[in-house]
Amino acid sequence: MSTPTYMDYSATTPVDKRVAEKMMKYLTMDGDFGNPASNSHYYGWQADDAVKKARQQVADLIGADSKEIVWTSGATESNNLAIKGIAHFYHKKGKHIITLKTEHKAVLDTCRQLEREGYEVDYLDPMPNGLLDLNVLKAAIREDTILVSIMHVNNEIGVIQDITAIGNLCRENKVFFHVDAAQSAGKVDINLSELPVDLMSFSAHKIYGPKGMGALYVQRKPRIRLEAQMHGGGHERGMRSGTLATHQIVGMGEAFAIAQAEMKEENIKIGLLRDRLLAGFDGMEEVVINGDMDARIPGNLNISFNYVEGESLMMAINKIAVSSGSACTSSSLEPSYVLRALGLSDELAHSSIRFTIGRYTTEQDVDMAIDLVREKVQKLRDLSPLWDMFKEGIDISKIEWAAH
Amino acid sequence: MAYGEKVMDHYENPRNVGVLDKDAKNVGTGMVGAPACGDVMRLQIQVNDDGIIEDAKFKTYGCGSAIASSSLLTEWVKGKSLEEASKIKNTDIAEELALPPVKVHCSVLAEDAIKAAIQDIKDKA
Repeated sequence: MSTPTYMDYSATTPVDKRVAEKMMKYLTMDGDFGNPASNSHYYGWQADDAVKKARQQVADLIGADSKEIVWTSGATESNNLAIKGIAHFYHKKGKHIITLKTEHKAVLDTCRQLEREGYEVDYLDPMPNGLLDLNVLKAAIREDTILVSIMHVNNEIGVIQDITAIGNLCRENKVFFHVDAAQSAGKVDINLSELPVDLMSFSAHKIYGPKGMGALYVQRKPRIRLEAQMHGGGHERGMRSGTLATHQIVGMGEAFAIAQAEMKEENIKIGLLRDRLLAGFDGMEEVVINGDMDARIPGNLNISFNYVEGESLMMAINKIAVSSGSACTSSSLEPSYVLRALGLSDELAHSSIRFTIGRYTTEQDVDMAIDLVREKVQKLRDLSPLWDMFKEGIDISKIEWAAH
Repeated sequence: MAYGEKVMDHYENPRNVGVLDKDAKNVGTGMVGAPACGDVMRLQIQVNDDGIIEDAKFKTYGCGSAIASSSLLTEWVKGKSLEEASKIKNTDIAEELALPPVKVHCSVLAEDAIKAAIQDIKDKA
């Protein structure tokens, strides 16, 4: 069996070969395997130089100072460190936090933990297009609000929040602003020297770097303080102890450098492919695009094929690797909470497919996906009693279904 | 979700897909599940004068297991009396298809569907 065509770039990306080649030079005896903290000998100095270079590469892509980068194990850890770190350090200022219902679980679940510790959290509803209404945020900010955490780009629907406007509102109210940028780095311009953002989380594996590697931007002027989660040798200015994983860090740096050099062209190429994919579904009945189509990264298409269940559609189109918001693909049997937060019916959430295309997607891949999806959606609709009812003009939302 | 061979076979080549005349006296229709839960099964059986199920058709909106469970069910009920068909248990379906625990509810739905179809015929008589 030939392997399926990968169209799930928001889940993870393959490591770019140029990145992998660099990483391999920092592992073995003939490479720079030293501990960057060994400041008494050559091996340590070599590794430290590599880490410094990577720190600069990451900082360059996002317009930050290299001293503002804290290495972590990934965006999940960065989110934990930012949110818990602020909450714990500044708890005397207040114990109220604001976030969005469509955030990644790494933010939502961290907030839940803080609620168990006695903090209060407001989970705001996005607008139906997935974007945050600034007035809703304005109304939610209180005297004791210490932190607002809003993601830059949503992982399921790819919508881009206006973090400049959100950040300005936070500054006016003297509230810290954390942004989960795992899905935006390398896809959307980020200039932290101008953005009103205090903390920003990054991941390497979403932009062709290695898994298990991330970073947290912590603004220096004015200085943001965090309570550490991981204690030990005082690495990363005491904010995150643990021996630096030189090869992983080099990988992340190289991935960010490649993104900086190629992002502009790549976005155009990927945008054209995504538009080709979308155009390929023209004329199909009962197709709904989830999330705003303008404020959206080029590589994302989240689309519901009504009256077809997402998991069975994924099985039918298993020549391409995609994700679904269907309950049947989750262990909880709940449909996507992101799509539900947009106000989508359970049926439409169950019927959604997320295509995310990236660096190695070709026109042939897209054309194959279009043909496959069109054929299989038709096949499954022919098998669907709901499609029959729709065709007979029966409104299925008016039927009293027995929940099970 | 990685499925077993039998689920894949029924999913890729579903048996007895279609519609019978729901108003016919000898046709029983069972529609179970809910769109919000991600699966809806419609099972129809046609009974001959001797009380034997001579035809069965289904349409299912749902995951691969739900489609396979209903497809298998139509094969099993054909040639059975209503009495015999009513004894089909969800555990038999789950076992035959080797459904993983998280998918057992699909076989429960199939059992509900045949029970509902039999009830429909009885209500018509």
